[in-house]
Amino acid sequence: MTKVTMSVNGTERSGEVEGRTLLSAFLRDTLGLTGTHVGCDTGQCGACTVHVDGKSVKSCNMFALEADGASVTTIEGMANDDGSLGVIQQAFQDHHGLQCGFCTPGMVMAAAALLKENPKPSEAEVRAWLSGNLCRCTGYHNIVKAILAASGQDVSKEFAA
Amino acid sequence: MPADGSIGAPDKRREDVRFLTGKGRYTDDINVNGQLYVHFLRSPVAHGRLNGVDTEAARAMPGVVRVFTGDDFADVGGLPCGWQVTDRHGDPMQEPAHPVLARGKVRHVGDPIAAVVAETLNQARDAAETIEVDIEELPAVIDMKAALADDAPKVHDDLKNNLCFDWGFVEENKAAVEEAFQKAAHVTTLELVNQRLVANPMEPRVAIGDYAAHSDESTLYTTSQNPHVIRLLMGAFVLGIPEHKLRVISPDVGGGFGSKIFHYAEEAFCTFAAKQLRRPVKWTSSRSEAFITDCHGRDHVTTIQLALDAENNFTALRTDTHANMGAYLSTFAPSVPTWLHGVLMAGNYKTPLIYVNVKAVFTNTVPVDAYRGAGRPEATYQLERVIDKAARELGVDPIALRRQNFITQFPYATPVAVEYDTGDYVATMDKLEEIADLSGFEKRLAESKARGKLRGLGVNCYIEACGIAPSNLVGQLGARAGLYESATVRVNATGGLVVMTGSHSHGQGHETAFPQVVAGMIGIDPSMVEIVHGDTANTPMGMGTYGSRSLAVGGSAMVRATEKIIAKAKKIAAHLLEASDGDIELKDGQFTVAGTDKSVAWGDVTLAAYVPHNYPLEDLEPGLEETAFYDPANFTYPAGAYACEVEVDPETGKVTIERFSAADDFGNIINPMIVDGQVHGGIGQGIGQALLEGAVYDENGQLLNGSYMDYTMPRADDVPFYAVDHSCQTPCTHNPLGVKGCGEAGAIGSPPSVVNAVVDALVRAGHDITHIDMPLTPSRVWSAMQG
Ligand code: FES
Ligand code: FES
Repeated sequence: MTKVTMSVNGTERSGEVEGRTLLSAFLRDTLGLTGTHVGCDTGQCGACTVHVDGKSVKSCNMFALEADGASVTTIEGMANDDGSLGVIQQAFQDHHGLQCGFCTPGMVMAAAALLKENPKPSEAEVRAWLSGNLCRCTGYHNIVKAILAASGQDVSKEFAA
Repeated sequence: MPADGSIGAPDKRREDVRFLTGKGRYTDDINVNGQLYVHFLRSPVAHGRLNGVDTEAARAMPGVVRVFTGDDFADVGGLPCGWQVTDRHGDPMQEPAHPVLARGKVRHVGDPIAAVVAETLNQARDAAETIEVDIEELPAVIDMKAALADDAPKVHDDLKNNLCFDWGFVEENKAAVEEAFQKAAHVTTLELVNQRLVANPMEPRVAIGDYAAHSDESTLYTTSQNPHVIRLLMGAFVLGIPEHKLRVISPDVGGGFGSKIFHYAEEAFCTFAAKQLRRPVKWTSSRSEAFITDCHGRDHVTTIQLALDAENNFTALRTDTHANMGAYLSTFAPSVPTWLHGVLMAGNYKTPLIYVNVKAVFTNTVPVDAYRGAGRPEATYQLERVIDKAARELGVDPIALRRQNFITQFPYATPVAVEYDTGDYVATMDKLEEIADLSGFEKRLAESKARGKLRGLGVNCYIEACGIAPSNLVGQLGARAGLYESATVRVNATGGLVVMTGSHSHGQGHETAFPQVVAGMIGIDPSMVEIVHGDTANTPMGMGTYGSRSLAVGGSAMVRATEKIIAKAKKIAAHLLEASDGDIELKDGQFTVAGTDKSVAWGDVTLAAYVPHNYPLEDLEPGLEETAFYDPANFTYPAGAYACEVEVDPETGKVTIERFSAADDFGNIINPMIVDGQVHGGIGQGIGQALLEGAVYDENGQLLNGSYMDYTMPRADDVPFYAVDHSCQTPCTHNPLGVKGCGEAGAIGSPPSVVNAVVDALVRAGHDITHIDMPLTPSRVWSAMQG
């Protein structure tokens, strides 16, 4: 067992891990941050997406030891300081961008990384960016809409099919 | 219809706040003090004789508490099947045993052989590696038709053969159908495959068993759509635990789509092992494990024939389907290709004579059961494909051919045993033509052509039977359970309500929509209503959520219970107002004596119920809590019309969905935002089936695409925005809300329109093809173009 220390949502956290412990498992099992979900074992679903040093990362694709000393943000760190929903989170609620909620933390984290890089993405850019995040519930319609809305674009008109 | 309140409003979902902030409580988020972890050693082969399982080394591994094998379950029941089909000859289906852990034989890749319980998950996994299994591999039966050959290896040695049942529906129609085919002016025949799908809710299954020695009570936390059903099946049939000693909790569940209806071996295992070991036992499925243990869906091979007269009226329909059951009978498997499929074969059309034959077959594959739509997508797909093919053969417009044959008079008794109460198929088709801008197709076709792309248009209709189900009827059809739903409405002294329901939400937004119903009836703010579900200890016995039943059946139970509440509250109000209860009106949360200005508020009445100082004790009990069980009189029949436009790349065969439009009739709507979302999700899955998905077994029974690396789930860039409309509303006549259900429509209605569109594109480009089997991958479409 080895000790790892990282800043998680602005707080220094540490714990003992095995070499094979994944970052996702460390967050969930050691730190109890169960907002980060695990939906697959091949790095495809994106439910485990977090930010490591500002970059969006699939936390099941990284060993906890690799994040030693890093600054990690999870879904639990995405609300405003007063506890209200952040802009992206609020857009997901406003536009019904989630149903069962299982993919949602990963979707929000992926969307945040996208908007940081590309503040006014087109529909096609949003869809392309999300291709590493699976959702089985929404058919993606309202997720894409929510992210476009969060970027300040007008989504009031129903999209022509 | 209850009085207007917030019914019909697109209320934002209250559950979203916890999901968006990482505070959801899914089963895997739960850890019970002192819990152990189980890892299952699963069969690597599809069919084999189990000659020995040597667990000695594993038992000595660090952290291992116990290793279980099939022998530990010798005195325990097997997993039961909840539906019995009677075949054409009057015999019951063949029903094999389904042990919790394999004994004697393994019958599919993934069949559990041993279970290692250890202090940590890694220890359990490491120890499982050391188990030596002596399996004598046997030839596997994978193809359904081969499985029915006389000399085919038997999946279950104690059964006569691999035929589960041979079902004819309606058997008495058979001769008349034959005769109609002889007289037909035209017969269209189509052979097709409705491929095997993997449901793939994003949350893998999880089970945690816990046992309290002080009270002899077992608790199972599980990712289930119907905790009461699991309690009943597991308690009564598998483990022999009386229901009052067994509690099943399904907290937040990350999607189900049918695959979390069924009672699975891992649930029974964890409950059993926790009691044996006196410690909690947790199992979390990996995705790879989910692919070989969650029940699969569809997997039908069908020949369908449509007979038409000289005026192009449909005169008869017959189908011949082989339906894969997999290696064992899952909980509701026999109902899917029969009663959820055969009874829908009339579709939206007045075909007078129909005969459906289904042969259900055992193979060495993962069991197959309900997946979103369950039987109804299979029915819709074959019917809407054969109609399209007929239109092409006859040189008539496929929409006109459908319109000509629409049922227009309601109620309508079909030749396949059900009665549609309401519908307006002309209206949904009109609406579809409008929202899909079908008149603009030619222009878009020209634009595609200019870009070097082939464009096609596909349209189809669908009907489904939802609001599952009238217990009396399904009892005659073989269901071994009732399919009512329940609700308890508990009003607190200060006026807030807790509604306890047997329905379960795993994405459908019940916590938001149900309060709209109850609060709307009383005229109070929906925030005063809390929904409790997913725990057998604090909800009345209910059958759970599937078959688009939660609002139509569960919502109706809630209405009935709330009506009882209102009736009693009016009596209390009458006493407080010194009036007769017949004169009391309730509006906006205020009880008024009709025609006067005398009134008392909801909160004063509820307080009086619990602080009965001035209270008619001689006439009424104190308290305000009522329960209702609602059993529907009929199914509900949502219906609609869908259109898809595709572009096909002539070089590669790649299909892109350019437009997708859905005009649905769900009857009355409680929350249109949630309804839109349900339809979107269903369409996404339907497009997935049409273009991308399909579980592939090799001839040895190895699942070739058992992970997201190989099984192509639809992604955001595979689908467009969808145009959905549910303004056509013919309310259901037999439930108090007039609702029909919307959960499965999208998945049922969308595959045929996609395939119709691709065939259309290719035919327009001069290719001589009539059909391509799903999924329409680039290679399949490209091959069809070569050929
Ligand atoms: S859990 Fe990390 S990508 Fe699926
Ligand atoms: S909301 Fe359920 S998987 Fe996306």
